[in-house]
Formats: sequence, C-alpha cells, structure tokens
Amino acid sequence: MNLNFTEEEQDFQQEVGQFLQEKLPKDIAEKTKNSLHLSKDECNEWQKILHKQGWSAINWPVEHGGTGWTPTKKYIFANECAKAGGPDVIPFGLKMVAPVIYTFGNDEQKQRFLPDILASNVWWCQGYSEPGAGSDLASVRTTAVKEGNKYVVNGTKTWTTLGQHADWIFCLVRTGEPSAKNQEAISFLLINMHDPKITVSPIITIDGKHEVNEVHFDDVSVPAENLIGEEGKGWTYAKVLLTHERTGIARVAISKDRLIQLKVLAQTSPDGENKLLDDAIFSQKVAQVEIDLLALEYTELRTLSAISTGQAPGPESSILKIVGTQVIQAIDELYVEAAGYYSMPFVPEQFHDDFDGQWIGPDMATNSSLRYFNNRKASIYGGSNEIQTNIISKAVLGL
Amino acid sequence: MDFSLSSEQQMLQDSVSRFILNDYNFETRRKILKSTAGFSQENWNLFAELGWLMVPFTEEDGGLGGSMVDLMLIMEEFGKGMVVEPFLATAVMAGGLIALAGNQEQKNDYLPRIMEGQLQMAFAYAEPQSRYNLNNVKCSAIKTNGEIVITGQKSVVLNGNHADTLIVAARTSGNTNDNNGISLFLVDANHSSVKREGYANVDGHQAADIWFDETPTLGLLGEQDKAFPVINNIIDKATLAICAEAVGAMQIAHERTLEYAKTRKQFGRTIGSFQAIQHRLVNMFIEHQQAKSILLMAALKMDSNNGNDEKALSAAKSRIGKAANLIGREAIQLHGAIGMTDELDVGHIFKRLTTIQFLFGSTDTHTKRFSSL
Repeated sequence: MNLNFTEEEQDFQQEVGQFLQEKLPKDIAEKTKNSLHLSKDECNEWQKILHKQGWSAINWPVEHGGTGWTPTKKYIFANECAKAGGPDVIPFGLKMVAPVIYTFGNDEQKQRFLPDILASNVWWCQGYSEPGAGSDLASVRTTAVKEGNKYVVNGTKTWTTLGQHADWIFCLVRTGEPSAKNQEAISFLLINMHDPKITVSPIITIDGKHEVNEVHFDDVSVPAENLIGEEGKGWTYAKVLLTHERTGIARVAISKDRLIQLKVLAQTSPDGENKLLDDAIFSQKVAQVEIDLLALEYTELRTLSAISTGQAPGPESSILKIVGTQVIQAIDELYVEAAGYYSMPFVPEQFHDDFDGQWIGPDMATNSSLRYFNNRKASIYGGSNEIQTNIISKAVLGL
Repeated sequence: MDFSLSSEQQMLQDSVSRFILNDYNFETRRKILKSTAGFSQENWNLFAELGWLMVPFTEEDGGLGGSMVDLMLIMEEFGKGMVVEPFLATAVMAGGLIALAGNQEQKNDYLPRIMEGQLQMAFAYAEPQSRYNLNNVKCSAIKTNGEIVITGQKSVVLNGNHADTLIVAARTSGNTNDNNGISLFLVDANHSSVKREGYANVDGHQAADIWFDETPTLGLLGEQDKAFPVINNIIDKATLAICAEAVGAMQIAHERTLEYAKTRKQFGRTIGSFQAIQHRLVNMFIEHQQAKSILLMAALKMDSNNGNDEKALSAAKSRIGKAANLIGREAIQLHGAIGMTDELDVGHIFKRLTTIQFLFGSTDTHTKRFSSL
C-alpha cells in the first residue's frame, strides 16, 4: 500500500494542469467555480475541447475511444478539473448511455452512436422515471408495441434533465405482455427526440430554473433497430447503467474544491468586527464536513482500487451515493449560512451575462440558496437515498 | 396554569384561520407573488378592517393588547398560508419601535395610520458587514449645517421597497461595534437622496437594499445614542413572530407529507406503509410538537416579563430552527422529485422554513446567546 503518486502520475498531473490552464475557457471556468448555469453551447464547447485532447470518455474502453486511464489517473483528472473549474461533462451520453451501447449494443449501433457521443455532436437525455414510477422504477408504463420493423411508443417520462436540449433519449419501455413480471417486460430503446409526436414540457423547480422536463410520447414510431440487446432485458442493462451513474455521483473532487472555497469565503466574510471563520461553531461545522469528506474520499478510492483489480462496482457504490450527496448538501447549507442575510434575495438575473444593474450582496452570496434548493435533488435522483439504503440492506447485508 | 385561549383569542385565531382557508390558498398566493407589488393591497385593507394590524399594540396606544400570545396566534395562522403581506415589517417591527421608543406626538402621528393600513413602513438595521450583530452599525448620522444627515447602506430591508417611511438604525457616537451610540431615525423613504433596489426574497417576501447619501431625517425616535436595547427588544419580538410563523408552516409541511405518504403508491403499496417512512413522519411530528411547545413557553415568558425574555426567546429560535430544518428537508425528500417543483406548495414551505432559520440570527447564533445568558 502506498499513497504517493508515481513519477508517471506526477507527470500526468502536470500535463492535466497545463492542459486546463491553456485550453479551459476562462468564462466557463469562472461560471463553474461559482455554480452558475452553463448554456448548451458552453457545455458542448468544453466537451469538444476535451474530445480534441482525447479525454472526453474517461471510463470507456480504449477500443471505442476511451482514455484507458487507471483509477489513479481518473482521480488526478477529477481533482485537477475541480480545482481549475473544468465543468463535469453532461453525463447522459458519455457516462450513461454509451456504456450500455458498447456493452450490450450490436456493432452497427456502436458505429452509429458512439462516435457522435464521443465528439459531443449529439445531446442525450434519460427516459427512466415516470409520474407513476419513481423509486419503483420497474413499474414503468410507457409502452413500445412492435408493429413490423418498428415500435410504436406511448407514454410519459418525467424529471428528464436538460431534455429541452436533447437530440436523443434512452428509454425504459414496456414491450412484454401486460401480465409479464415488471422486470421481464422492460426493454431499452433509443428514440430520436426530433420526432414531431414527442412533446417536451418544462417543469420549473423551486430555485426558479428550467432544468427538468416532462416528455410525452404519442404514437411515436421507432425503428426496431434502435432496441439495445434483447427485448425484456432492459432492466438488466439499466442496472449496469445505474451502477455507473452511482460511482460518479459521490462528486468528491468537486466537494473538496467547494470546501476550500468555503473556507476562503468564511475567512473574508465579516461577522461584525470578526470574520465568520473566527466563529467556533461555524468552523467546527466546516471541519465536520471536511472530515466526512476525507472518509468519503478514501471510500471512493477503495472502490476504484477494487475496480482496477477487476472487480465490478458492486452495491457498495450505494455508499458513495448516500454519503456523497449528504456532503454536497451539507456544504451547500454552510454556504447559505455564510451568506447570512444575503442568502435571501432572489435575484437570478444578476448572474446573466448581460446584467448591468445594481449588484445585490457580496460576490455570489445570493446564489447560495438557489444552489442549496437545487441540490435537494441530489438525495432524490439516481435512485433516492432511501432506495440506496434498501440496496445496501438487501444486497450487502442480506437483510 | 392554564393554556386555554380566552374567547377574544379564540375569535382572533378563528378569524385568521378562516381567512387562510378561504382566501389565501396556494394559487391565490402565487398570483399575489406574481403581481407588481408582490403583496395584495386588498388583503392589507382587510387586515386593517378586521383589526389585525391593531393586535401588536397596547390599548393605551390604540391597539388590541399587544401580547406575545396574541401575536403568536396570528403568526402561526399566517405561517399556514405563508402570508407575504408586510405585517411583520410594518406592524410588528416599525410599529413596535414607535410604540416602544416614540414620543406621544410621534405615536399620534404614525400608529393610527399603521393600524388603519394607510402607512407602509420598514426597519433598516442590518448592514453588509453586521451579520446578526445588532450593535454593529456603521451607517452614520452626523450633524451637517445644523441638520442631521444619514449616510450608509442597509441590507435586505424587509418591505424596504414599499415603505413610505423608514426607521433607520444609525451611529451617532462611538465605534462600529459599541452598544452605545446607536440612534433610530424616521426617514422619508422617497427622499431623493435615498436609493432603493427592491427585489423579492426566495420566500416571496419583498425586500430592498437601501443606500443613504446625506439623507435628512424626519426626526429622532427615542433617546439619542441609546437605541440598542430598543432594537434588541423589537428584533426579539419579530423573532417570536417568525418562530410562530414557522410552527404554522411546519404543521402544513407535515400534513401535506402525511397525506402524500398515504396516497402515493410505489411497489404496489402506499409509501406510508413502509416502516422506514413511518418513522420519519413520526419524527417530523415530534419536531413540530416540540417547536410548538417551546414557542408557547417563550411567548408566555415574554408576556410575563413586559414582552422581554431574551433567554426564552433564543431557546425558542434555536429549537424551532432545528425543527424547521428537519421538517422542511424531510417534506421534500419524502415527496421525492415532485416536492422540488414550483407548482407544489411543499417546496415553497421549505423555502420559507429555510429563510426563517437565518432571519434575525441563525439557529447557532441563538444557541450561543441562550448559553451566554
């Protein structure tokens, strides 16, 4: 056992740092550091820069254009990105559907979809949850009925993140007999979002933002060749995908950077004659989160190290989801606390590029509650923390 | 010992409760928030007509008694509807300062207009650097050419954008952090030297940042240099009011979540049939009950001590902050994603329960104050 980076890893760290310094657009970095919204174009701009460098698909196998990095290199990359303000890639294409396609898709599907995902030429979104299928995902009701060489899809998907930008959606649909057991009737289908029989309606969340959508399918024809793998196996594929989603979900590198920034903020934020970090209770709360985060970091490293020795990420990755989101939410709350009275004004317009009015509050203080509100989602999405607890209880502890 | 309400208190509670139930549902509130003013003048007139704006004032001042218990009753009901009309800023805070510190002439001038709903006021005390330290006042009032003028900035002034008259805490002597040397001044909010930047807060309440640049005053309120205890006292009263509001809001958050757990089905059964969910709903219930109890304790102790009991008040704010935190989060978490939508009231209750935790001193601030007293 050894904590130190090898010489090669140190070189790699330097290479990543230099790349970020040279290639990461300053305005994108600043917005990311300040938890501000990135436009579709800005997301794509960054992902194309990563692609040009050959670094857009961190987890993919080399044969499909992935980096083939060791877990240590992935760790280094994530940390350097967080430090520099390099935004996370939008996960739906690169991190979610691609592993399903290269693992379970046929050669034609791989050739058709993977290059455009790799190059961020298409925007993907996720069609999992439905109004009646949240935590109980296997009870999806969207149907795909086979008619000749196509499927006719009807139903509603919801909480579709950034679906307003999407070119494609990957969906869990019901292909089996209505009487079939839930898990055995589900298939994994790729659907073109530009079909006129698909409507996307925005859902506004409590931070006032339009991030999620409802997606309605009304007799949408989908070529049968868009089915991944076999009919009725969609649940198995989805589980693989969810495990992938969960390992990235701890967001350790970002939390580490947010915590460093929080301490700087607390050192400079006035508390009457003192500074906020002089307040023993506040600094103790920061320390507690920092300690939790350290433990989480090493839990994640243990998981990554197990993967590198050939083990698949197992149900233990649910720990990463639970603790990772607890840490995210705790840090967000400390930012709200640091903002004090300036956590209250709702003035999102001042974060727009063209804002030229009177700025309210110091720096980004008024963005603190918006982020806190928005990240209540973290313990709900990707399989709620209650579902993760059930997974550990059943699959790890055998209860 | 008797915790039952008098018949007048019962009537007051019933009338506010009926108003919330019949005239202040979530959709109505949404429309009010979207209006230009951000609150309803019609409701404000109604509050005056029904005598609610008289509740925070003593009979001597022309009010209905001014007890903390009465204030608690109104605010708890307001919390159930998340009322955004500026009752707190105008009647409780500004009106409270005039009643406590004003001379007879000032009382005669302002209090009837407040109680009749004809005057909007705001109390400007917090500053960008002050956080929750009420003695930390930089904003200065100095005599220039025989006239006192105010210069400085005030932060997140509740109702600051709609107020006709402001009460401004300004330093007349001493250093920024001295308890002594703070004075209160009445100021014409529309004076050309006053710059106001108004906005809605995340909880829907109206507020403003305000800049004074050698602004003349409409007069000193109370004794020069000696305003600190008065400010402390009125902020405590306002704190009790928002504590009561939080208790009302928590009740609705719990009710909505309970209802949802009893109807939302997943895995072929209601989610409320899972023990993991049941225990959490019970915890929310216990938190609400504890919050309600400590609120009553604080209101009664303040009433039995001339409206002033810092230790009891801080105990209540601290405990209620903790309950508000848990209940707000759990209400959203147990609803799942639907709880995060703008369309549902639960998320809005969560937002109000969040701001209340940080208004007039955070939960930690009050825990610390409790332990220091």
